[in-house]
Amino acid sequence: MEVFTYLCSPLKKADHLIIHKNGKMNNYELMVIFTPVLSDDEYKAAQKKYESFVKENGGEVVNSKPWELKSLAYPIAKKTTGLYWVMEYKAPSSFNEKLKIQLLRDESVMRHMFTILDKYAVEYNAKKRSGVSSVTENAEV
Amino acid sequence: MRRYNMARANEIKYLTAIKTDNRPKKYCRFRKMGIHYIDYKDGEFLKKFLNEQGKLLPRRITGNSLKFQRKVSQAVKKARQMAILPYVTDLLK
Repeated sequence: MEVFTYLCSPLKKADHLIIHKNGKMNNYELMVIFTPVLSDDEYKAAQKKYESFVKENGGEVVNSKPWELKSLAYPIAKKTTGLYWVMEYKAPSSFNEKLKIQLLRDESVMRHMFTILDKYAVEYNAKKRSGVSSVTENAEV
Repeated sequence: MRRYNMARANEIKYLTAIKTDNRPKKYCRFRKMGIHYIDYKDGEFLKKFLNEQGKLLPRRITGNSLKFQRKVSQAVKKARQMAILPYVTDLLK
């Protein structure tokens, strides 16, 4: 990572060091499908567990949204429904690998996916959260 | 003066049929609406770019610009991974 940034901006070496010291944070989004056998409490506890895991590792949870039970478009692990959960967070770039290990070890997680959010995505999510009708709805044919 | 070589309008025959219907010009809806981010979580919206079997529609039909066609395809693929959209089906719509 250090070498990479150095190659990208050799002139801004000093800047990069400052950023590195303060811990450069990136915007990510995590979507998890939990197995539908979880009870309500277990579902909430699992969410809390990963949120605190983000905080422990110097990250910051921007938003966390449970979608509750939702039917899947195709069966996963012989289940036709899943408990969805979407979390938006800021974290250092090395963090996702650690979180991935935790998620893979967790038997209640059927599937997970990380998304790197660019500035437009962050803007879009913020807008959607604040209740403005989602931007894509206006794009009818 | 008589013009022997000039054909009358109803006598002209073309090798290929001339286009008579004026279709409205296609446009990229993302460019037009100023949308920069395509959300993979919004399955209903992404369905506009799929055919009945859940396959991605080509650009020549949707009119998307290349930049946004790429983004749509990325979003659809993400949605498929997370079981928001099916990989294969029949009668999606």
